[in-house]
Amino acid sequence: MPQSSPCLTLRHVRYAVGSARSAQGLREILSGVDLTARAGEVTVLLGPNGAGKTTTLSCAQGLLHPTQGTVQLLGQDPFRAGADLRARVGVMLQDGGLPQSVQPRALLRHVASLHQNPWPLEDLAQRLDMESFLSTSIRRLSGGQKQRVALAASLLGRPEVVFLDEPTAGLDPQSRQTVFALIGELREMGMGIILTTHLLEEAQRLADSVFILKDGAVVRHGTVAELTSTAAQGPDAAADPTRRMVFTASRTLTRAEIASSPLAIELDGGVSNGPGAAWMTPGLSGPEQLRALATWWEQIDMMPVEVRMEARTLEDVFWEVSVS
Amino acid sequence: MSATYAPLSPAPRPAVRRILSHGLYETRNVLRNGEQLLVSLILPLLVLFGAHRLELITSSATPSIDMVTPGVLALAVMASAFTGQGIATGFERQYGVLAYLATTPLGPTGLILGKAIAVLAVVAVQVLVIGSAGLALGWDPEPLGLVWLGGVVVLGATAFTALGLLLAGTVRAEATLALTNVIWVLLGAAGGSVFPLNHDDAGALLLLLPSAALGEGLRTASLQGTFPVLEALILAGWAAVAMLAARRWFNWR
Repeated sequence: MPQSSPCLTLRHVRYAVGSARSAQGLREILSGVDLTARAGEVTVLLGPNGAGKTTTLSCAQGLLHPTQGTVQLLGQDPFRAGADLRARVGVMLQDGGLPQSVQPRALLRHVASLHQNPWPLEDLAQRLDMESFLSTSIRRLSGGQKQRVALAASLLGRPEVVFLDEPTAGLDPQSRQTVFALIGELREMGMGIILTTHLLEEAQRLADSVFILKDGAVVRHGTVAELTSTAAQGPDAAADPTRRMVFTASRTLTRAEIASSPLAIELDGGVSNGPGAAWMTPGLSGPEQLRALATWWEQIDMMPVEVRMEARTLEDVFWEVSVS
Repeated sequence: MSATYAPLSPAPRPAVRRILSHGLYETRNVLRNGEQLLVSLILPLLVLFGAHRLELITSSATPSIDMVTPGVLALAVMASAFTGQGIATGFERQYGVLAYLATTPLGPTGLILGKAIAVLAVVAVQVLVIGSAGLALGWDPEPLGLVWLGGVVVLGATAFTALGLLLAGTVRAEATLALTNVIWVLLGAAGGSVFPLNHDDAGALLLLLPSAALGEGLRTASLQGTFPVLEALILAGWAAVAMLAARRWFNWR
């Protein structure tokens, strides 16, 4: 399938705060970000707290001017662009950007009045299940309700590109599904969606393209399939990193037993060694390794409580990057 | 949803419509805000009645109300342009509202122009209400002076809005709240706005304060019917300095 046209490109974007002359000196937040997002695709930015996701978005939205590098949003420099470009772009900020003493209806009507052809408010409110609190002061809304108001505000102009910084933070599971279903539909209609999230399962489900940031730079990028099939940094390089096995031990394993395992094993998810502990192989190369493990269980006289095969996930990749 | 959502070519409303829309939106928010109404209208009205009844400002040649009314108008303009806009903008900055609106077709320039319209609209309401109350109490301004008074009010509102925005864009919202209120009370009580300046010796230097320039300018316009050139220049200077400083140091987030 041919790739759609880029709606956003960042080339070698650096951003620093402070001054070389000040006591704190110059602090670099972004140290050369390269990123491309396409129309009709969901581009997800992942990274630990402080990795530079929000600063990257702020540069892309034209709220911050990069210290170095170039940003092209729909073919224009967003920092210098005028109302014509801003009408084509929707923005949902991480902190919402909502006035507290105003009712959602008044705010959203005002935002709609800035656009020539806005999305009908009643329709959008129904879509995001907001009708019951449109006339309540924003100060009195729950975190999840505020998120929906901010999301609605970003979509009112029917933009070609939308930036969503943590759109599902604070949402209950049902609202989260509503928002992700909406994002999926908007993608089908050709909107370019650039979002950050901490929900890796949803990111895996939605993302056409993923950029993982760490310390102000993109350390991995690609489709979910590309990222999860990239060779893991584990001890068994020959193993297929996209498949791994997890078994739940029925008892504590001794050091000698662990050392005698035919494959490297490690405790999964930080649990401690004992009955019910989940042990993981970083990767498997084929059925013969399963047979070797079964032989080893027989030798040490331990029948696992549970054995399951798992595909490598975006979460695994994220953790690898975070701890490396 | 697909029936109503279509990725049409999105476009902004014309600039004038956007700015007027934002001006109306902000004006409505101010007039619906009880605390802002208290500071902008109720307190100045109480000062007007109190200073008049207690004859706090006495002059052998001029009736008390003719001195009090322009001074209270100055106090009211400072309340809406400086304290009101400063606090509102400070919290909008804290909550990311300024940053969000800057990403909409309104943009940073439209946002500031819309705020200017809102300040002028609220000041117009203040002049109408306080002026009417003053007239009911016997205020007798020079007819031509009312034209000059309007001009000085606009200059004063510009200078104090710029000062309020400068504060809101450089310090935390809570600090803006405290500072604008304290400064408003100090300038109102001893800054030459409500109470006329002593023009001898060091007192004359106080005219350099924007509050004194506004108060004295309004008194000159309404009592003498002439345009207060010096006071207008001082206010224009404050406006220019505050705008340049805001341009340099204002943080949108």
